[in-house]
Amino acid sequence: MHIAEGFLPPAHAIAWVAASAPFVVHGVRQLTREVREHPESTLLLGASGAFMFVLSALKLPSVTGSCSHPTGSGLGAVLFRPPVMAVLGTVTLLFQALLLAHGGLTTLGANVFSMAVVGPWAGYGVYRLARGLGARLEVAVFCAAFVADLGTYCVTSVQLALAFPDPVSGFLGALGKFGSIFAVTQVPLAVSEGLLTVLVVRLLLQSNAGELARLGLRAGVRGKAGAGAVAR
Amino acid sequence: MRRGARVNVLLLLAVVLLAVLPVALGMGDHKAEPFAGADAEAETAITKIDPDYRPWFSPVYEPPSGEIESGLFALQAAVGAGVVAYCLGLWRGRRQGEARASAAGGGAADGTAGGLPGGTHDGAANDEAGSAGNGEARRAAGGSAGSLAGGEAHPAGGGSSSAGGADSGRV
Repeated sequence: MHIAEGFLPPAHAIAWVAASAPFVVHGVRQLTREVREHPESTLLLGASGAFMFVLSALKLPSVTGSCSHPTGSGLGAVLFRPPVMAVLGTVTLLFQALLLAHGGLTTLGANVFSMAVVGPWAGYGVYRLARGLGARLEVAVFCAAFVADLGTYCVTSVQLALAFPDPVSGFLGALGKFGSIFAVTQVPLAVSEGLLTVLVVRLLLQSNAGELARLGLRAGVRGKAGAGAVAR
Repeated sequence: MRRGARVNVLLLLAVVLLAVLPVALGMGDHKAEPFAGADAEAETAITKIDPDYRPWFSPVYEPPSGEIESGLFALQAAVGAGVVAYCLGLWRGRRQGEARASAAGGGAADGTAGGLPGGTHDGAANDEAGSAGNGEARRAAGGSAGSLAGGEAHPAGGGSSSAGGADSGRV
């Protein structure tokens, strides 16, 4: 989903920076508040960011015959809510833009908007919805990671279609083209990301259930016997 | 293998299958350049839609070769995986340390037990011991529980630790 350096016209680049900036600023505030109020969460925050680092470096083959990578933003969005992920995602994207020539500084705003803003919010929304409907924690986490991943790539397709509408078929034609490159490729990868995120949440529940409970993640289904109540 | 660990292994296997199958089934054979990056394909699509478009900015630093680029990607993944595994191992070690301390102290963890083998790395250890230790029944962990090195991130390898087994049943 990385739009390459210089591949968005200046007006679009500036507009996406303007769209992303408030989320990142708000995220920095939320992040510093979280660390100040719960210093013990620093480790888990680091692990969430590190998970994003791993997954966005993993380029996986997909059914369309091309390769793409997951985003890793669903885990942190479920654990710490989306604003914090705006910051962690920006750090990841900056690393890749500066050291790997992957993405870019001029397209950072657009890439942050898709991977660090819309993805986490969409995933978190689906997570809350699934939990509200009584889904098991694992199911809700899978849906969150899947939607955060796929949603990111859908936004990238829209961003490119807005900047480069097809001369004949216009915005929708271009959206179809970019969507077939990004969104279709991403479906199996989003499944993989969902499974990996569920795996990590299971390992966290096994090793650090206390902190997950503080963050509102408890195993089981809301209202069922045992430790099944949802706090948040 | 306990059920929890078995589910974890199955999850990993599914991810591996999802990555291997497209290649094994030759799903990239219809392409001139099989399994190229989607990002690069998008660039090609842009130049098809708008042949006159020229990128107006170039990367501030570009890895001079594919080797260096893949090395930096590997570094990114390694740093991430290292941090995740460190955290999981640390927490697992803390749990086992708490379990052992509570077993030694007669079964009731009060959350302030000193000398937890894996649990005294920072101030958070006591908070966590308090919240985790009071709420749920602790089981005695035998053997070498509590050492960081022994606190593997993956429970599949921890077959001898009873703390891991107690967890598996709950998830």
